[in-house]
Amino acid sequence: MDKQNKIGKWIATILLAFVGIAFILPFVWMISASFKPEIDVFKYPIDWIPKHWNAYENYKDVWSGEHPFALYYWNTIKVTVLTTLLSLLVSSMAAYGFSHLEFRGKNFLFVIVLMTFMVPSASILVPQFLIFKWLHLFDSHTGLIIIGSFSALGTFMLRQFFMGIHKDYLDAGRMDGAGHPRLFMGIALPLVRPALATYGILRFIWTWNDYANPLIFLRSDKLATVQIGIQKFATESGAFYSLIMAGTVSAIIPLIVIFIVGQKQVIEGVALGGVKG
Amino acid sequence: MDNTTIKQVEPARGARKENLAGYIFVGPLFIGLTVLTIIPTLLSLVLSFTDWSFIAGFDKIKFVGFKNYSMLFDDNVFRISMKNNLILLLVVPIQLVLSLIIAVVIDRFVFFKSFFKVIFFLPYISSIVAVAIVFQLLFHPSYGPINQFLLAIGVKNPPLWLADIHYALPSVMIILVWIGIGFCLIVYLAALQSIPRDLYESADIDGAGSWTRFMKITFPLVSPTTFFLLVTGLISTFKSFDIIKVLTEGKPAYSTSVITYYLYTTAFENLKTGYASAIAWFLFGCVLLITLVQLNVQKRWVNY
Repeated sequence: MDKQNKIGKWIATILLAFVGIAFILPFVWMISASFKPEIDVFKYPIDWIPKHWNAYENYKDVWSGEHPFALYYWNTIKVTVLTTLLSLLVSSMAAYGFSHLEFRGKNFLFVIVLMTFMVPSASILVPQFLIFKWLHLFDSHTGLIIIGSFSALGTFMLRQFFMGIHKDYLDAGRMDGAGHPRLFMGIALPLVRPALATYGILRFIWTWNDYANPLIFLRSDKLATVQIGIQKFATESGAFYSLIMAGTVSAIIPLIVIFIVGQKQVIEGVALGGVKG
Repeated sequence: MDNTTIKQVEPARGARKENLAGYIFVGPLFIGLTVLTIIPTLLSLVLSFTDWSFIAGFDKIKFVGFKNYSMLFDDNVFRISMKNNLILLLVVPIQLVLSLIIAVVIDRFVFFKSFFKVIFFLPYISSIVAVAIVFQLLFHPSYGPINQFLLAIGVKNPPLWLADIHYALPSVMIILVWIGIGFCLIVYLAALQSIPRDLYESADIDGAGSWTRFMKITFPLVSPTTFFLLVTGLISTFKSFDIIKVLTEGKPAYSTSVITYYLYTTAFENLKTGYASAIAWFLFGCVLLITLVQLNVQKRWVNY
């Protein structure tokens, strides 16, 4: 690269950096407000770096105050982890079946799976609600986990990767007398591990952020997830904006961590499948 | 290959075994989808022809034919919500233009590519609830930072944003664009990386400028991606619910109400199950329509 080009590239980088900073200013404002005493939150000009620190008190109030934030957190972790695991199991089994097994009605069933993908979730909330009442799954974590675990999208995405496994690998296992359960667990799953990681992380993020399902399928406060919790907290704590911001930061942080750790998988997954939750 | 050998030796048993294994593997997903999606879809179709409230019990169910559907078109709130839904769709082209510009800049003109990817992708992975709460404060009419800034640079009467009938929907759209740019950007970057570099090199030899290069090479070659993002964007914007529920609850004066939100209040606050099911099927119909149009247009419009 010649020198002139390089200078141009640095200028573009700096300009884009300004755009990028402006782009994430809402986050910066949120974090900064969560560290401040209440009276400084709306001070103008904005102290991006707080002049008076009140971080410890704010976060302590949120985490051990009236609203059981720790409980909301625990509920969310439980639901999210179990949904992710169950969803991975169900989707990868089906993906294996649709890619490496021959059975009667396979194509027909696959078309039906794809068709369910087109039904907007809002369109079936009412009947789902009724069915959950009948099955006694309403207002339980089990119900919430079940609702997030049967994904046509996940199956479709994983199937693409299972189809990439060459028949020879599985045939070699079959020669050794392995049945399908062992072929699936021992050969196929390890080969698609990166795809499992990608889908697992995406499912984790979507479940963690899910708002509509907990809103409709949970009622008790003691079962509420973080998303429901912070909304309640925001409407009920009125004008304590520094606390509300400490709550929203707490709700986002785990995702930022997961995203930074699994950045490559998330970005590749989104780019490859072009998936959207 | 292996299948045929098995079949030759033990045709019936081998095939039956493979059938059984197949059903066991796809069974859990299929049972789940049947209970959670297929039955509800049909049930909601049946319910859309009834006048019923789910707290009343099944003996109170009354079939009313197409009455719910004909009521929809006289329902003012529904019409406003539908109009708002259509206006919201403008978010998608805005997102596409902005994200394509940023993607081209990141792809060709800057250092630290992956850093920029992460920055622009952050809103997409953040929870909509948290984002909505933060923007409620940022847009606060009197002491929100946005209006304080506008006052400071000399704007006399800054808009009241979410509290103003005329500005509420545009405010929601700004937030939606902000949330969705990252997703489009990542998909565009993947598409840009798959464009062969020698195409650009030969354009350079022909003396093409940046603009010509963009119009003659980049834009046509990412058109399948644009089309894909357009369709998924239209569908997901059409289904927006969380942001409206947390940010505005359709207020002020239904100026931000959308179909999914109206469906939610009809079903779970006003408890009109039959009517809500008609709205649900209308929504489903709209999504199907977008999908069908997509399948038809795809072949003609996109350069592969």
